[in-house]
Amino acid sequence: MSDAGYKLEQKSRSLMERLFEPPEIGRMSPAAKIVAYALLVIWTLFVLFPIYWVLITSFKDAAAVNQGPFYIPFVDFRPTTSAWVAQFTEDANCGLAAIARQFGLLIYNTFAWLLSPFVTLTPMEPEICKIYRAFTNSLVISVVSTILCVGVGSMAAYALARIQYRPRFGNIVIFVLLALAVILVSRYLGVHWTVTSAVGLALFFLLTRAFGKHFTSRLSNGDILFWIISQRILPPIVVIIPVYMMFQAVGLLDTHLALIIIYAVANLPIVVWLMHDFFASLPIELEESAQLDGATRFYIFREIVLPLTRPGLAATILLTLILNWNEYLFAVFLATAKSQTMPITVAAKNAGEKGVLWWEMSAIIVVMIIPVIVMAIVLQRFIQRGVLLGAVKG
Amino acid sequence: MADLTTPASESWGEWFDRHSRTFFIAPAVTLILIFAIFPTFYSILFAVSRVRFTPDGLSFRFVGLQNFARQIFGSEQDHFLGKIGELGVLGSCLLAIVSAALLFWLYKSLSITSWVGMVGRVISALAAWFVAWLLCVTLLAGNPIGTLLTTLFYVIIGCSVQFVIGTGLAFLCSQPVAGKNFFRVVFFLPLMITPLGVGYAMKMVADITKGPFQPLFGAAAVDTWVWSSSPWASRFVMMICDSWQWIPFIFICMLAALENVPRDHVEAAQVDGASSLQIFREVIWPQIIPVAVTVLLIRMIEAFKLVDLPNIMTGGGPGSSTESMTLHSVYIWRANDMGNSAAIAYLLLIVTVIVCSSFFNYVVLGQLKKAKES
Repeated sequence: MSDAGYKLEQKSRSLMERLFEPPEIGRMSPAAKIVAYALLVIWTLFVLFPIYWVLITSFKDAAAVNQGPFYIPFVDFRPTTSAWVAQFTEDANCGLAAIARQFGLLIYNTFAWLLSPFVTLTPMEPEICKIYRAFTNSLVISVVSTILCVGVGSMAAYALARIQYRPRFGNIVIFVLLALAVILVSRYLGVHWTVTSAVGLALFFLLTRAFGKHFTSRLSNGDILFWIISQRILPPIVVIIPVYMMFQAVGLLDTHLALIIIYAVANLPIVVWLMHDFFASLPIELEESAQLDGATRFYIFREIVLPLTRPGLAATILLTLILNWNEYLFAVFLATAKSQTMPITVAAKNAGEKGVLWWEMSAIIVVMIIPVIVMAIVLQRFIQRGVLLGAVKG
Repeated sequence: MADLTTPASESWGEWFDRHSRTFFIAPAVTLILIFAIFPTFYSILFAVSRVRFTPDGLSFRFVGLQNFARQIFGSEQDHFLGKIGELGVLGSCLLAIVSAALLFWLYKSLSITSWVGMVGRVISALAAWFVAWLLCVTLLAGNPIGTLLTTLFYVIIGCSVQFVIGTGLAFLCSQPVAGKNFFRVVFFLPLMITPLGVGYAMKMVADITKGPFQPLFGAAAVDTWVWSSSPWASRFVMMICDSWQWIPFIFICMLAALENVPRDHVEAAQVDGASSLQIFREVIWPQIIPVAVTVLLIRMIEAFKLVDLPNIMTGGGPGSSTESMTLHSVYIWRANDMGNSAAIAYLLLIVTVIVCSSFFNYVVLGQLKKAKES
């Protein structure tokens, strides 16, 4: 095919050649161009149409929805803001003061729970309209859980990238057996779970101290990393019932803390996986020289390593934030009333006595998806880099 | 016991630093142990018990594997596996072909793996045979399929569709087209939207009487037909909506992989006069296949967890035909039958592990090894 290069330089070409062959290297032939743009435009419409439909439905009223489909505002129906007004004024507590009070309540109630073994403080009752409450709940839960998850996850990822761990396999077997024994004893013999777990933990330390030296087979960092990442395979539905019982036992059901913890754990595998790649690709010399200067590991991690991985960190944070914001299954089980998040509030609208009020529903959906869409558009480069760096490296 | 020998003057900071290797990893491991591993073991207890609500909490009665047997052989069989009918002629032929293929595959792998690998392969082959048999006695016999096959439909057919379209779009966007960044942002959007919001949006869009496609249905004179009353139409609608959300994931990962392919390789092929398709098949595909299979694996793992879409759009209906296994478990939980709910959740875990680890071992590892060699 060596004459192809020659052919490309020829000035006079037949119509077929003009249509189907690229004019020069690195460009497309006209026919290919038409097909490519057609496909891209079709897909753009396919992607944007449902979003557009939700947006215009939120500006319709009952008549405009029920009397058949109307497509373009001002042309075939008159947009109203009645759905929006209904969302934000149906309740008396929709002002700024109510929002401020809600944030105060969150902090106060957390302290009340933390101090509950020592002092009995009556928790504040929320006084805020539903949609604001759901929005603040979602915001607080996803932000705090992201901080917790990325903090814990990146520390573990850094440790796995830089420190050699060699846990003994036998100790892990002991731990699992003891955990099973704790479950069985507390369930079938009726011993309180605090007693059994304390005894189990004590036995674990005793047994590992006594027999630990005799176990020779050890795991490596790779095994630990694989174990953490493989937690992602675990379907949430498997753990949800026991997690529900656990939170019930410590009185955390329907609180923010419960959702914060469980979201953080659910996203930990992704954070560890992505951050491990970022940390492993850093040059180790910088850390070694800091270590020679007498810096502690925490200092190195905080002052040297984290700033160096700032782009990766940003990507991971954004991804976790979005996953938390969108989470539904855990919230259905764990957030029954006071700590309802946005997705739960939307789903609750479905079961109205007047049937589904599509226009109101659309308004809430728009409120729910606007933050993520804005984030996606403004920060898409960051997020995409995060997603794909992990995937490309495998 | 080293702690006792250190001088008493050691400050807290020094003690902290000396144990930093533990403090770095302990929070993550503890969180996972308490909230993932411990509950996983705990739910075995639910799965092998009959759980009742009593005034002072839950009461457990040990019933062995009865809950699992109920799903596979007993009264819940229609729901989980589907209505099992006669093995027809076509079914028998298909099953024979599948059996022969699996046996041949096992025979071939005898020489290349250790006995551990062989055990894994036998499990995979048995699982594959069971699914093939189930297809033959339910779908081919004209009976409704259960939530197991519905889940596998979402995972296998759904992921394949998403992979093909996502890769195609990524290939288009990697070509020299104007407005590349615009398409990137737009194609990326659905991934960010709450699955629940997607469910409602799609429910509105797919509505027969008030949705935007009503004139279309009217013109085709199918006013009496609604997709939500036909099992397979609902499953396909569900799959399309799931694809709307997840194609962007495949798209961005594959676009990154495509942009990592060295430009000079492609240009060399172009100079040699190769067509776009040829270039894709011969030059680009071998370089992106390790990424492709990894992305597909991640997508499959997430696809097994599908719950929001069928819950919102059809409530699992008509009947139970769009229920994924997660949704099946949720519904049984709502009926206060925790034992069976946990049993189904466990079955889902087993199915997920078998499918994903089979794919990982036979496809992903093979491709990664091949990529490392070349």
